Amino acid sequence: MIRLLTYRLNGRERTDAVPDNVLLLDHLRETVGLTGTKTGCDGGECGACTVLVDGAPVLSCLTLSATVAGRSVETVESLAEGGRLAFIQEGFHRKLGSQCGYCTPGLIMASEALLRQDPDPSEDAIREALGSNICRCTGYVKIIEAVRWAAESSAARSGSPAEPAR
Amino acid sequence: MERFGLSQPVPRREDPRLLRGEGCFIDDRTPPGALHAVVLRAPFAHARIASLDAAPARSAPGVRAVYTGADLAAAGVAEVACTAAPPETQWSGIREGDRFRERRQPALVADRVRFVGECVAFVVAETRRQALDASERIEVDYDPLPAVTACDEAPHGPPVWDDAADNVSFRWEIGDAAATSSAFAAAHRIVRRRIVNNRAQLCPLETRGTIAEYHAHTNRWTLHVPTQMPHGVRRQLAQVFGVGEERFRVLVEDVGGGFGGKNSLYPEQILCAVAARDLGRSVKWVADRSEAFLGDNHGRDLVSHAELALDAEHRVLALRMRNFANLGAYTASRGATPPTLGPLMAANTYRIPALHVDVAACFTHTVPTDPYRGAGRPEGLYVVERLMDAAARETGLDPVEFRRRNLIPPDAFPYRSPTGLLYDPCEFAQVIESAFERADAAGFPARRAEAKAQGRLRGLGIANYVERCGGGAGLSERSDLLVDPDGAVTLLIGSMSNGQGHETAYSQILYERLGLPFEKIRIVQGDTDRVASGTGTGGSWSLPMGGGAVVHAVDRLVETAKPIAADSLEAAVEDVEFRDGAFRVAGTDLAISFADTAARAAAEGRVRSDGAPGLEAVAVFEPGNYTFPYGTHLCEVEVDPETGAVRIAAYTAVHDFGQVLNPLLLAGQVHGGLAQGLGQALLERTAYDGEGQLLSASFMDYCIPRADDLPDFGFEPWITPSPGNPLDIKGCGEAGAAGSPPAAINAVLDALASAGVHDFDMPATPERVWRALRAARIASGD
Repeated sequence: MIRLLTYRLNGRERTDAVPDNVLLLDHLRETVGLTGTKTGCDGGECGACTVLVDGAPVLSCLTLSATVAGRSVETVESLAEGGRLAFIQEGFHRKLGSQCGYCTPGLIMASEALLRQDPDPSEDAIREALGSNICRCTGYVKIIEAVRWAAESSAARSGSPAEPAR
Repeated sequence: MERFGLSQPVPRREDPRLLRGEGCFIDDRTPPGALHAVVLRAPFAHARIASLDAAPARSAPGVRAVYTGADLAAAGVAEVACTAAPPETQWSGIREGDRFRERRQPALVADRVRFVGECVAFVVAETRRQALDASERIEVDYDPLPAVTACDEAPHGPPVWDDAADNVSFRWEIGDAAATSSAFAAAHRIVRRRIVNNRAQLCPLETRGTIAEYHAHTNRWTLHVPTQMPHGVRRQLAQVFGVGEERFRVLVEDVGGGFGGKNSLYPEQILCAVAARDLGRSVKWVADRSEAFLGDNHGRDLVSHAELALDAEHRVLALRMRNFANLGAYTASRGATPPTLGPLMAANTYRIPALHVDVAACFTHTVPTDPYRGAGRPEGLYVVERLMDAAARETGLDPVEFRRRNLIPPDAFPYRSPTGLLYDPCEFAQVIESAFERADAAGFPARRAEAKAQGRLRGLGIANYVERCGGGAGLSERSDLLVDPDGAVTLLIGSMSNGQGHETAYSQILYERLGLPFEKIRIVQGDTDRVASGTGTGGSWSLPMGGGAVVHAVDRLVETAKPIAADSLEAAVEDVEFRDGAFRVAGTDLAISFADTAARAAAEGRVRSDGAPGLEAVAVFEPGNYTFPYGTHLCEVEVDPETGAVRIAAYTAVHDFGQVLNPLLLAGQVHGGLAQGLGQALLERTAYDGEGQLLSASFMDYCIPRADDLPDFGFEPWITPSPGNPLDIKGCGEAGAAGSPPAAINAVLDALASAGVHDFDMPATPERVWRALRAARIASGD
């Protein structure tokens, strides 16, 4: 059955006609046309499809679209503002947190969720938080450096209000 | 200025699109009106197809075509040929009296399936769901047959091919059999091991996919394929269709990882091309993850019976190996390469006077094997580094002392290995020292004692490695530089980045040599209509070879532009030099910028071969020899004897990759290789059951490393310039995956030795380690 689904996507409220059985991942990629969120496995194994729902990391390949009614969904496309990369993206850029780039949107969203919850995560905390995301290219060391860079830069910014936002 | 030049940690030009989710991978595009395709795959490892009825699928809703093996054979579509036969050299070749039995994979099988996952039918429909539903309506009646999956059981197993009853595709040998036999006859001691290199699944995060379009008015195809070798795929397509290469345009955008698995032409690409031609519409196919496990070529899979002959001073006299390599059910495009490339590296960093390797490359009822990061070299190095540790243990020498005693000495370079390679000078002993210092190996006994006090077994493992890579043996890459009238430069290059960061690396070279800012540099790769030729990316050769081609093209461009600049400066050509982005009259302050020279060239009516005004230069670089990166890996592990769990406590690698083009990109390549090698050593087990069903066909069953499985890596470059190319660099893509499996398993064995375990095969999963410990305990009667 097709229903009207009202939710916030990347800060804007929208309403789509969505069949009950459509996964959030497919809805985002195929109906909305946001292809930043990736399909990496057959369901819940790799984390490439990670998005934020009400700020928490969620595997969009295991989430029915209907369950986000009235909630806020954020994808990787929401992070850069006014052409500037967000801290976490800038960290991935400076530290080479991305190689082929396919798992990257999922890892960035999982990292973003971690930093919102724990602005100063230890290496162990980062490894644990990103443990549901598979990257085959990097060996993760540079991803962890990227998250640490984002944490430190974000803290430095909030300590000195003169710095421009992001 | 220096920020973007060579040796600088320049962040990648690729990043902004990839980090914003704006990358374009194969599943991120669907042309308007495209049809969607699904493959019906074989559910048995070995079975005769008694009957196949596709009619119910053909009449299903939305279906536009269904193809079977019979349809394809009738249409005259050929099978995929092996592109690299076993090499014949002065040192190696097919055994006398034997021959290479090539068995080509068809896009769709007609009468008999030979591995689980083999393509049986291809369904094309308006939507993917319709194609999936229809594929379930195809009625196939299979007569299952017995299967064999292990390579050393293959010669006595059920034949994969009736006309190759021993399941051997080829017997190949390298080295001097007679000299090796006499060395063994005179040996003081012989050390023997049966060493298994486990089958690996490559698992790039982007699965394979294809979009095919056919342009009836020009009789040409466009194939969008995430591949490492666009021109190679084009060549193979032309072979399969029996037409000229110009009929195909292969287009590649972002490639979500390759590791060797996206080198070659696959059946589904052929099928999309057939359907697009027949139906006159775009046809899209993208593998889901389980199809990737079942249908992507696998890597490694080798059993080696290896022996080392020693003299009384614990020096190696000879090395002998009898290898069984698993080719799978067909000879894949590059399937003959890993079994023959591995033995080439069998002498590794050691002076081994006599060597002989006898390879039996076997057919089994499994997915074909093809190169995986290192393409045989990691397999060869693994055997010799495991043997070195075994020999050290049996002679009572420290593993490092045993290795030092047998290293190729500094005065032996350039060194001709017993397999015919000519090694560049290598500083093996210094690199071992450097790794030991960096890893604080002197503090290891204290760390082991501390672990023991807490009930854990700690081990230290070492592995040396040297490999040949970076081109050589007639491989070349071409580089075209097109200059616009405003001085912007477009590089057309035949290599194909699949995560390595080539756009950045080539831009750095052009920045350094032409003084151009990045915004005036455009890199074009992955379009066979624009890039005239290409070897593609593999074998750690893109930058040693492609970078060399770019440097030579820049030199030619400067020579081409110099008379124009000289004319403008009213100077003699021989008085003009190119420096810091401008042509200058030596000894004066007269100069004309590169951009102004380009404008002048266009104004004078210079026209490029693409018809646009401006300058151009072309160069092909064919390295005279391979590059020889080398290094030492030290791995420290802790084993919990209660659970068998292995934790990597520390990892150090020191490598000589020659000059460093970009330390960020270099670290990325090394780290990635380490992670894949450690995955193979500790976590990844490709498992088939007795009937040939692949049990490890999901990320839940096939365990590739996650962030909490791996340590921080200590990686240190050791720099001696490579003599083989203009940038003085050595290939770096495969090194990590070569050194880490032996380092890790030697560490595990070092940890387990005190518990009585003296032999162990990868992967060191908790269960396997626990079983080894238990078996040792029972054997000791404890």
